[in-house]
Amino acid sequence: MSDASQTNNAISIRDLVVDYGPRRILSDVSLDIPMGQIMVIMGQSGAGKTTLLRCMLGLKKPASGSVNILGTDIVTASRHDINRIRKQMGVAFQGGALFSSMSVAENIQLALREHTNLDEKTIEIMTRIKLDMVNMLAAEHLMPSELSGGMTKRAALARAIIMDPKLLFFDEPSAGLDPSTAAELDQLIITLKNTMRMTIIVVTHELDSIFKIADHIAVVSAGRILETGTPQQITSSSNPEIQGMLNRKPRETIVDTDAHLRRLVGG
Amino acid sequence: MQRAIESLGANVIASLERTGRTFNLMLLVLWELVQPPYRFYPIVRQMYFIGARSMVLIVASGVTVGMVMGLQFYNILERFGSVDLLGSGVALSVILELGPVMTALMVVGRAGSSITAEIGIMRITEQIDALECMAVSPHKFLIGPKLIAGVLSVPLLTALFDFVALFGGYFVGVVMFGIGEGSYMNGMIDNVEWSDVRLGLVKSVIFGLLVTLICCSRGFYMHLTKAGSEGAEGVSSATTDAVVLSSISVLFSDFLIGALF
Repeated sequence: MSDASQTNNAISIRDLVVDYGPRRILSDVSLDIPMGQIMVIMGQSGAGKTTLLRCMLGLKKPASGSVNILGTDIVTASRHDINRIRKQMGVAFQGGALFSSMSVAENIQLALREHTNLDEKTIEIMTRIKLDMVNMLAAEHLMPSELSGGMTKRAALARAIIMDPKLLFFDEPSAGLDPSTAAELDQLIITLKNTMRMTIIVVTHELDSIFKIADHIAVVSAGRILETGTPQQITSSSNPEIQGMLNRKPRETIVDTDAHLRRLVGG
Repeated sequence: MQRAIESLGANVIASLERTGRTFNLMLLVLWELVQPPYRFYPIVRQMYFIGARSMVLIVASGVTVGMVMGLQFYNILERFGSVDLLGSGVALSVILELGPVMTALMVVGRAGSSITAEIGIMRITEQIDALECMAVSPHKFLIGPKLIAGVLSVPLLTALFDFVALFGGYFVGVVMFGIGEGSYMNGMIDNVEWSDVRLGLVKSVIFGLLVTLICCSRGFYMHLTKAGSEGAEGVSSATTDAVVLSSISVLFSDFLIGALF
């Protein structure tokens, strides 16, 4: 048995290293995500949050390390095993990633049609239940191009939860949304955790959302996990970089002025 | 000089990688297509898009090409006093060469470009990632129906092209220049053999496979190329590449098949 199934962790990541060509994006990342909790992965743009998420989804093969999800290391697992795990996952991508040639209802029904033998009536009822959960019942027959940003995110969420997954992943759920729509989405995430007992992983840098929804926070910076803990532990962290993020201070990128000048003039 | 050689080498390696990926994609798609469940509606939908919606273009270009062939052959044959051979000349050149090649090139321009653009946009907007995360194989769900539809539609469109092109040649020869109808038709029937029709059909099947495979592959693997990081501009350049490469592949494979059989 593996780490994730022996303990109460839905996901266990160990010593993860990810490269894009010659660039190292993640270095020795280790992280445990407890079952039934909301884990927020926060960090500045370019810190490696989305790459970490893509590794958890099996979309990016790491150079080394393990990503143990519900008892299966998806780095070494066969395509069949990865798909078995994926049927227990739901993903809401940053831009929604709704299939543009299908209506909202067809988008939501796709996984049911591909993986179950449910009859048409049951599929329609299940679709309406999920649409109702995200307050999108009236948009059932609309095409993705007819939806606003907030509606697209909610439709993507309905599609992500149609199979009642154990794990739900969000990539920047409130990015590009107005404050009240973002707050609605945050409330929806909390409701999903409480009612459907899902383990929810949210990648975001929106501080307002983070402290509203998080049970646990992992702070990522320059491809490393700086700190993990409860929102209280993160707030009281003595790490100056974390305090900088929390207090919205700009990054001090130029440490060595001479070296920086030499780089600029090509010396 | 060294830089030019390095650049040439890099281009050769990139081309080989792309060819390998395209071939690999074909094997993956074929392997997944033979596994259940089997769904026919997506194939019918793609046949409507690639085949039925190309019919007007095929009819228009077929008639035009047939008329041009009739006109040119008539002018040449008249010099030698052999206008009776007009029917067989038009029929053989249309069935063996122009029908399959022109149809494939028309399909590249009308359907191939939009296949690459559609799949490329799906790639950059994470729709293909979403399919994978739903444990739905993009090879089977997205590429498979297009590939089958391409292989089935191009021969059918070629048959349509051949038919209307022969009619175009008939119109020029018989109606415009007054060659006897029997002479035109008999020349065609006597000189076109079943092996000619079969070769034209084999060519069109191969062209259908090549065109859809190259166009699908260019969109599907867009993220692995420079175009993948260029957004809308990348989709546009991948589409142009797909059209150019498909067209060249059709013409080159036409030569190869002609030389081999």
